[in-house]
Amino acid sequence: MSTINETRPADALRSGDRQADERASATKPLGGIAGWMDDRLGGAKGVSFLAKKVFPDHWSFMLGEIAMYSMIVCLLTGAFLTFWFVPSASQVVYDGSYVPLQGVTMSDAYRSTLGISFDIRGGLLIRQIHHWAALIFVVSVFVHMARVFFTGAFRKPREINWVFGTILSLLACIEGFAGYSLPDDLLSGTGIRAMNGFIQSAPVIGSYLSYFIFGGAFPGEAIIPRLYSAHVLLIPAILVGLFTAHILLVFLHKHTQFPGPGRTNKNVVGYPLLPVYIAKAGGFFFIVFGVIALISAVVTINPIWAYGPYDPSPITAGSQPDWYMGFADGALRLLPGFLEFETFGFTWSMNIFPGSLVLLPLMWTIIGVYPFVEAWVTGDKREHHLLDRPRNAPTRTAIGIAGISMYVVLFLAAGNDLMAIKLHLSINDITQTLRVLFFVAPPIAFWITKRICLSLQRADRQKVLHGRETGTIWRHADGRFEEIHAPLTPDERWVLVQHEAHEPLELTAGKDANGVDSPIAGKERLRAKFSNFYFRDRVAPATPSELEAAHHEHDDHAAVPDGGHEAIEPAGASQERETIKADKQHG
Amino acid sequence: MNENDTTDHGTSTSLVPASDAGTERLPASLIRGVDQFENPGLPPHVHRAADDDPAAAKRAERQVATMFGLSMLATLVFLVSYFAIPDEATFFFPGIGIAKTQNVVLGLSLGFAIFLIGIGAVHWAKTLMSDEEIVEERHEQASTPEQRAKAVAVVNEGVASTQLNRRPLLKYSLGGALGLFALPLGLQVAGSLGPTNIEELKHTIWDPKDNGGKPIRLMRDPEMTPIRFDEVTFGSVFHVMPETLQKYIDEGKHVLEAKAKAAVILIRLDPDLIKVQKAKDWGVDGAVAYSKICTHVGCAVGLYEQQTHHLLCPCHQSTFDLTEDCAVIFGPAKRPLPQLKITVDDAGYLVAPSGFAEPVGPSFWERAR
Repeated sequence: MSTINETRPADALRSGDRQADERASATKPLGGIAGWMDDRLGGAKGVSFLAKKVFPDHWSFMLGEIAMYSMIVCLLTGAFLTFWFVPSASQVVYDGSYVPLQGVTMSDAYRSTLGISFDIRGGLLIRQIHHWAALIFVVSVFVHMARVFFTGAFRKPREINWVFGTILSLLACIEGFAGYSLPDDLLSGTGIRAMNGFIQSAPVIGSYLSYFIFGGAFPGEAIIPRLYSAHVLLIPAILVGLFTAHILLVFLHKHTQFPGPGRTNKNVVGYPLLPVYIAKAGGFFFIVFGVIALISAVVTINPIWAYGPYDPSPITAGSQPDWYMGFADGALRLLPGFLEFETFGFTWSMNIFPGSLVLLPLMWTIIGVYPFVEAWVTGDKREHHLLDRPRNAPTRTAIGIAGISMYVVLFLAAGNDLMAIKLHLSINDITQTLRVLFFVAPPIAFWITKRICLSLQRADRQKVLHGRETGTIWRHADGRFEEIHAPLTPDERWVLVQHEAHEPLELTAGKDANGVDSPIAGKERLRAKFSNFYFRDRVAPATPSELEAAHHEHDDHAAVPDGGHEAIEPAGASQERETIKADKQHG
Repeated sequence: MNENDTTDHGTSTSLVPASDAGTERLPASLIRGVDQFENPGLPPHVHRAADDDPAAAKRAERQVATMFGLSMLATLVFLVSYFAIPDEATFFFPGIGIAKTQNVVLGLSLGFAIFLIGIGAVHWAKTLMSDEEIVEERHEQASTPEQRAKAVAVVNEGVASTQLNRRPLLKYSLGGALGLFALPLGLQVAGSLGPTNIEELKHTIWDPKDNGGKPIRLMRDPEMTPIRFDEVTFGSVFHVMPETLQKYIDEGKHVLEAKAKAAVILIRLDPDLIKVQKAKDWGVDGAVAYSKICTHVGCAVGLYEQQTHHLLCPCHQSTFDLTEDCAVIFGPAKRPLPQLKITVDDAGYLVAPSGFAEPVGPSFWERAR
């Protein structure tokens, strides 16, 4: 392998350049401010280590970056907004420049939000950037999570970071909810109204919780300042702390990489932090920020002036929360009313409680424990730094898609009124259909996904054994037609054959010598069942001997004209290269 | 599943891969034989145009500099526009509609000023910086057994020095103190967050006691003018607040808290359509008043379908049938909307003589007690 300091012809362009300042020359020992700093911090050791730290490149690794950058944009613009926003529910009479609301009694929070939108120059832009960045933050967190899940990046040693990420994503949703509740407009106030209903639905303690959180009867004047301190202090502090730990763990573990030639479980192949990764990732921050600003310039989000101040009596049709709370709202729309019942005069609001207070913690707990469940089922105690291609983990991929299908059903349910209006359908039919789909869609999604994954694996095998379809059709002398398949290069082939295909674990002895169940037999039996569920459908990667056999088969019946194979044998395939033993299990 | 339970494997229960039973016991169900492909190693590096061609490199340099230059220009546009564009200026944005000029120009210039820096930097990295991948070795996360043993020794030494194990009195008293010290903090925050007055949840200002025992007039919301019965024509809908709300408005205190439970919707329909006798009796010739606060989570039930006589909550689509005493006919709510008994007073105005007979709004644990 060549080094990165190799001179390139284009460097000749700079050969005549003279250093502007000899003291800045890299070959000289540290001086000036850097030297002063190093005397006190000793940072030079870390700098050389960090500068050469390797990050692999893949488009999907940018998803987490989008989350990070949009969070930074939120922090920045959020700090701006605190200069003008007044987190108070005291009632005032509006006298700002937005004519339709002049003379209307409203909370100071709403008045100051109108002020940011109309009377602070550029304030509307900052507010829009803040809201758009928040929406993009949550969506990128979720998509990043999906990437990590479907590629198996959560496996040992990264389970802790998966749990951190899970908590981060939940906090992101709560932070968003607290944020969009602050302006105290009719829509957000209705959201808080519903939140109060959710809290009251908690068995035994619901009424007390409501009074604690609202500082008295709903709505009171306490909820806005309390949400504000949660939104600008409490949750961001935890978010930033956990996020820092999240990033530190990425540094500690070194980034995962997709399988490919030269990439093994014991190395990491990519670009050094300095300069390539700094330039690309740093540049990407500006791209994310810039795109959010461009969207905010032309697409209005949350036009609070159109809704009016919060009042418990009026309501607008089409009341939807921000998108990330949509699935919870959808769950509330799907839960049938008959689930509420009374025992000894106490009310169990099972038409509200499961969708409001149980759903979020439950869903995030399931997400958080998944790596541990899978590790238990596979019994795999090794470290994994090479990512799975989703098709090579069919059951996991299918579980993920089944979960997403459930989520999508709930999400669609949150828009059942909009669908009814736009599509001219009965809202009752839509709701009933979604109720059924909530239970029916996941198994169907699971089955379809798993079949697709297995088919893709078989297609990979085919490709390895019989080559890539070239689209070139040969006509033989006897009139037969045949499509020419080009063999894969070792590089292309490696991606398709490098993975491991687990086999189900089997119980060898569930009873002791006397035929009595041994104490752990039940647990192990369960594990064997799970293992069977995960791995019973198995497509093994192609092996060299299979390839050899396939070649013979070809040679036997396919009398391709001279040079058929050789002619399209890719250049470089025969090239001498350092090969790396497939030593993925151990060292 | 292998039902081969009779094989003598002793008393232990173990899981092994199906094809591997009896041979090496791997923790994972993996068998990698010798028959597998070898990792072909890193592919050779392919030079880019700018690596070999000075002209291409020069071109890339110009492109990057152009983006940075345009970014500066956009910044300049922002600075000028901030002062030059009046706050109230609007213009027609094709495909979007009337837009606030300031927001659009400031946003676009800021967006491009930032975006172009990013594009320039990435283009620079992709064309001029070395694109040769380098390899870093990984090491197992776990410490070596020696390191672990050393850590355990150091910790044990520290613990031994505290004499915790030899002096249980210290251990238990420290445990007690640490376990208890959070209680005052927890009590302070939980105890002081808010006054709890659960009975208040069952009370609305329609209660005649709030009006010196006199019947309470129905007022238009938000005008707060009384409603004469002869103004309530068939098919009309009124959003109603109690007369007692005026006191709260005048004092400027707890208006929203009062409204949150007192909101009522008054509708007049053909009395023959009302199928429930109680609903008829509590109304006046087809004019009936119901709580407007949804029994699901408390949104205002604001949508009245005049043809079907259904009331629909826009939050979660609970649907109440006015002809059935507002029973739930669809959606997540369980209970009917509570009815407010109304009559006509001597002056011809609608009044509520007795308030609500049950708590209004969303369910809560003690609601029926």
